[in-house]
Amino acid sequence: MEMTASAPTQASVEHTAPVVLSLNGVSHTYASEDGARTVRALSRVDVEIARGEFFAIVGPSGCGKSTLLDIIAGLATASEGSVAFEGREVRGTVPDGVGAVFQEDTSFPWLSVWDNVAFGLRRHGVEAAEIARRVEHAIALMGLGAFARHHPAELSGGMRQRVCIARTLVLQPRLILLDEPFGALDQQTRLLMGEELLRLWRETQATVVLITHSLDEAAMLADRIGVMSARPGSFIEVVATGWPRTRDSRIFSDSRFGEITARLWSSLRAESMKSMGQAGR
Amino acid sequence: MNRRTLDPLLLIVAAIALWQVLFVVAGPDAIASPLATLQRLITLGQDPRFWMNAGATLAAFGYACVLSIAIGLPLGVAVGAHKLARDVSEPILSAFYSIPKITLYPVILLIFGLGLSAKVAFGVIHGVFPIALFAIGAIRNLSPSLLRTARVLHLSPRQTATSVLAPAALPEILTGLRIGVSAALLGTIIGELFASSQGLGFMLIRAMENHQVADIMAVTLFLFLIAGIANAGLLAIERRLQWK
Amino acid sequence: MRISRASLFRIALVLLFVAALEALCRTGIIGCLTMIPPSEMVLALIAIVLHADWFWTDFAYTVRNLVAAAIASILLGYALGLLIHAMPRMRRALEPVLLSYYSVPTFVFYPLLVVVFGIGPLSLIALGTIFAVVAMLMSTLTAIDRIPRGMFKVARITRLTPLQTLVHVKLPAAAPHLFTGVKLAVIYSVIGVIAGEFIISTAGIGRRIAFAYNDFDNRTMYGMLLLVISLVVVLNAALQGLENRLHRRWVRRT
Repeated sequence: MEMTASAPTQASVEHTAPVVLSLNGVSHTYASEDGARTVRALSRVDVEIARGEFFAIVGPSGCGKSTLLDIIAGLATASEGSVAFEGREVRGTVPDGVGAVFQEDTSFPWLSVWDNVAFGLRRHGVEAAEIARRVEHAIALMGLGAFARHHPAELSGGMRQRVCIARTLVLQPRLILLDEPFGALDQQTRLLMGEELLRLWRETQATVVLITHSLDEAAMLADRIGVMSARPGSFIEVVATGWPRTRDSRIFSDSRFGEITARLWSSLRAESMKSMGQAGR
Repeated sequence: MNRRTLDPLLLIVAAIALWQVLFVVAGPDAIASPLATLQRLITLGQDPRFWMNAGATLAAFGYACVLSIAIGLPLGVAVGAHKLARDVSEPILSAFYSIPKITLYPVILLIFGLGLSAKVAFGVIHGVFPIALFAIGAIRNLSPSLLRTARVLHLSPRQTATSVLAPAALPEILTGLRIGVSAALLGTIIGELFASSQGLGFMLIRAMENHQVADIMAVTLFLFLIAGIANAGLLAIERRLQWK
Repeated sequence: MRISRASLFRIALVLLFVAALEALCRTGIIGCLTMIPPSEMVLALIAIVLHADWFWTDFAYTVRNLVAAAIASILLGYALGLLIHAMPRMRRALEPVLLSYYSVPTFVFYPLLVVVFGIGPLSLIALGTIFAVVAMLMSTLTAIDRIPRGMFKVARITRLTPLQTLVHVKLPAAAPHLFTGVKLAVIYSVIGVIAGEFIISTAGIGRRIAFAYNDFDNRTMYGMLLLVISLVVVLNAALQGLENRLHRRWVRRT
């Protein structure tokens, strides 16, 4: 299946969709754990993300990507600037309609896969029939059907991350935040999980913000990629890929793929070297 | 004044306040007020007999510590290094650790009679097990990659032991030492409760029998301070040497 | 159930030790005023259980007290642990105190508790609770420490209330290590209650041991000691077994 096609014109779909998430001058400073230093994690991050867009963030390690995600999710509050989701300010509490999958495996070891996925729905008092419907659907979607009664300890890392994703999906979030969810997986699994993610994105029509350190992954999955500088982080560039919505991992072979990753790296290379010289978090 | 010095002081003030409240509620027959206790402690501190008793306790405690470490540490290291020995001994040692030592007191008294050896024995049965158990744990938790690294660096067995294995095992061993030493102090005091005519434990039992509330509290406070300082000191050493 | 090589060795070791003790006692190397042979201890215990008119009353008394002390110390220790964990400054300040707690013979306060609560089960339960609570408290602190940070993030992103977070995330996530605290609390309750009965009491196994010691009644004394040791060993083994199962199931095998 040829992927070249008329990419640029289809990209303009994103530009006409309404803005669902906007960050304005977001900066963040915090005191380090022993109180000895203040760390400027982010500095004036500005971006507007449209509804249904797939936005990736790449940057050197320690540049504040995870902090940014926490702020968008309402898990942390920016020291300066504002975040708005669906027109309402996000400040310290998690708004309705936001889901997140984190870097570490956060599946609950004491619950079966089925109970893990049903967890959020049960806590919010959704009625049993609806819970069953949504959980079965999410489990099927994530290919976990054969393991529904198993416990996470019996599954591989990739499967456990799928459980975490399924657990988020059942709540039908309109904004899905992913912080290097495939970080612990091998390359092949990553590529396949990336394809699944695209499939989910299309099906749920959610807005997705993905943090990744893999330039290939960002280039393959995203509509736009924000490149962050070394700490204190801010966007030095936003690259539009212009891919059609119906893409999968075979986009690798598109001639523009190499251009995009090259462009990402040329911005990122200097920042990465800066970051390597910086003290730890 | 930064947090680190302020917080313990605040805590002490709060503790004294709580103490005073308890005193008011429970009455002078049950506990002595902070002031009365302090006064009693100062009076005791001026009595040379108090320091003789404290010295006797300290001596017995010292012997108990030395013996506990001398027995517990080599035992723990040797057992810890050998898988079968470990699997066999660890549950046994664990069981001994959890048996209430008080059940052994009559036995100890019958074997050692009254006096210094009984006190030291009490201290040792309290202190030796945690030291051994933590040493076993420390050796067991040594990562195999440490040995591989030592071999790749062409270290001799002695160098491997001293410069690679010992520092890696040290934090956990130190924790065991700290717990063992604390337990040995407790054991020594308890020994003095039952088996001695001198020492701080002996003072305690006399005070308990004569219902001298202020004495009980003053001596206990003194013990608590000693134990607290010792623990804080050992903890500080532990923290400095801990790279985890 | 397959018995491992290590277990066989262990059983052999214990049997050897008991046999040696038996031999030493029977040949008089250990005098019978000091210790009676292990076989005699067992016989004495059986005789007491079957024939002594006081046994079941005293046993029930002790068991009631230590169960009450265990429950009280577990609940109180857990609650205090939650509270102190939420206040890191207080925790840091309290740390040397908590660590020194088991260096000081807390049961010297027992007579003082008797003055407050009277001679009776309440003072014994209080003693057991005071003795055991700190072990549970410290285990709770460690247990909460060990909860992976990510779990809390999940709780917040799922928009749980603090109560829901406590019941549905914190508690299950901490369960394996909390159980260690439960195990310690039970053991220490036994120690505390029996030590109290030893010192002053009107009933209970501890009192019987103290009386037997004073009366040079070695048979009763060792019989009851054997009972206490057996009780603790069985409890410890049972709780340890549960703890291992919890760990296997819940703690991740990465």
